[in-house]
Amino acid sequence: MKIDYEGFDFSTSLAGASFPSPIFTASGCASSGKELAQFFDLSDIGAVVTKSVMNKPRHGRPTPRMAETPSGMLNSIGLQGPGIDHFLANDVPWLLSKGSRVIVSIAGETIDEYSVLARKIRPVQGISAIEVNISCPNVENRGMVFACQTDTAARAIDGVRKIIGGEIPIIAKLTPDVTDITSIASSVVDAGADALALINTVLGMVINLDTMRPHLGGKTGGLSGPAIRPVAVRAIYQVHNAMPHVPILGMGGVTSGRDALELILAGASGISVGTASFGDPTAIPRIQRELHTHLVARGFTTLRDAVGYAHRAVEEGAQ
Amino acid sequence: MNTINKSAAQITATILSSKRVGAYHQILLSIGDLASVCRPGNFVAIAVGGESSKMILRRAFAISRITHGSASGGAMELIVAPHGSGSRWLCAQPEGSDIDIVAPLGKAFGIPTSPVNALLVGGGYGSAPLFGLAEVLKTRGCRVDMLLGASTGSKIYAPLEGKRSASTLKIYTEDGSMGERGRVTAPISSLIEQGSIDVIYSCGPMSMLRAISDLTNGTDVVHQCAVEESMACGIGICMTCVLPVKDEDGTVAMLRSCIDGPVMDASTVAWDLVGKTPPVVNL
Repeated sequence: MKIDYEGFDFSTSLAGASFPSPIFTASGCASSGKELAQFFDLSDIGAVVTKSVMNKPRHGRPTPRMAETPSGMLNSIGLQGPGIDHFLANDVPWLLSKGSRVIVSIAGETIDEYSVLARKIRPVQGISAIEVNISCPNVENRGMVFACQTDTAARAIDGVRKIIGGEIPIIAKLTPDVTDITSIASSVVDAGADALALINTVLGMVINLDTMRPHLGGKTGGLSGPAIRPVAVRAIYQVHNAMPHVPILGMGGVTSGRDALELILAGASGISVGTASFGDPTAIPRIQRELHTHLVARGFTTLRDAVGYAHRAVEEGAQ
Repeated sequence: MNTINKSAAQITATILSSKRVGAYHQILLSIGDLASVCRPGNFVAIAVGGESSKMILRRAFAISRITHGSASGGAMELIVAPHGSGSRWLCAQPEGSDIDIVAPLGKAFGIPTSPVNALLVGGGYGSAPLFGLAEVLKTRGCRVDMLLGASTGSKIYAPLEGKRSASTLKIYTEDGSMGERGRVTAPISSLIEQGSIDVIYSCGPMSMLRAISDLTNGTDVVHQCAVEESMACGIGICMTCVLPVKDEDGTVAMLRSCIDGPVMDASTVAWDLVGKTPPVVNL
């Protein structure tokens, strides 16, 4: 069932890739799409951002892998997945056959792995964009996360850019766990990222009071959900302010249309919904409807007019 | 055609009744036509805490029983142990409240096509799905024996009508406050040796499922167990509820207990690897 937005222009673009709606799944929160297809039509939303895939199949971390926290949750999955070959042979064709726009998220343990993944993705037809998840531990450098330093972040993106050229938009996904996110953002844009995904989960930990030990099998985990939304709004606002022409795919605790609008006003051109789908399998189409209502209620006639609106001076902003 | 949870729907269900039974609450939900697609072993994921709740994740409960044909259509029975903030909230909801549910989820118990001798083993609130299962097995002409165990008598959930659905019911408590003193697994070895069981259906703590699995190993007895792993979504998208499961070649994969379970063939579960990471296999 196609949604009629009554003349409102809900479309968005990220570095040349066009989408009929700005609401996407979030990487790692929709598996490869089949699971949510029981609850809504995947072609009705902006895009499916697939779970970050690595070169080889991977078991991930031991259980327990999750802990609910106030207005959020910690996860420690460890990038469990089928590997890129199986993924490209099975999951991407299935999503495209359903009329879904597909953004493929990739993750590597070495700079070379990112290049290898890019080389396998490049010839595949129909992929809207590549999200490069650089919030992974770099096994070549004491497990330091690529996205925590300007040089390693840039090298990972450069490795993808050299293979992809300008053929598919490259979205660099950054961690908020850094002192200055704008310097990381600027380094990956210089290295060839066309757009930025902000934010990945925030590193956290829970200690189990029965065992008096770390609760998660992987000890630390990524915090997501409404608890981190203000961190996302801040990161998006700072980066949009520093680089207003670089499109941002915003995410972090979006649970309602009102939350999505907040990230859009901060500077996001698209919104990924992740943890909200865990608690509500129909969260994505609901957020899409609610966002439309909020935009119309504020007098906007296109989504694009709302992007980064919070940066305008107050007198300039009067509609 | 979708193949995962193909009968599942998200609906608003009204609480028809909610009453305390021992250490548990028995909750009856009006679910209309959804009742016709729920099978023993399926579970339901329920949003808890209301709209402004800090609890963002659903709570998963085994469907205890399905009833058809009341004035309001079908109904779903749940047995809930109010031990966390989400389950306490659910148990505190008055009759007539509307709650947001997603059901039926997961793989159900396999029902034999011809009559067999079935042994149903439940630990604590793990007995919940066994009563509905017993009724279905009886209609297929199966002999149904039931063993229920818990640490203490108040944690045995065994309603009177439940007793009628099994041919025999034996209760074990660790403190001896109800039934025999000891563990529910105690009589299983001799039952297997006597050749009086074809299939074991089990639900309860992982340690109990593993213990039964050790007893059925190397025998002809089929053991279907409903596993329990903490899950965030219940629909297969979060990857938190994984269990190490072997395929025909013995290769271990981390399968989601929500969509590849909760009912699993216990002989395929790599019990010694639960809570660990399997060795990496280069494919």
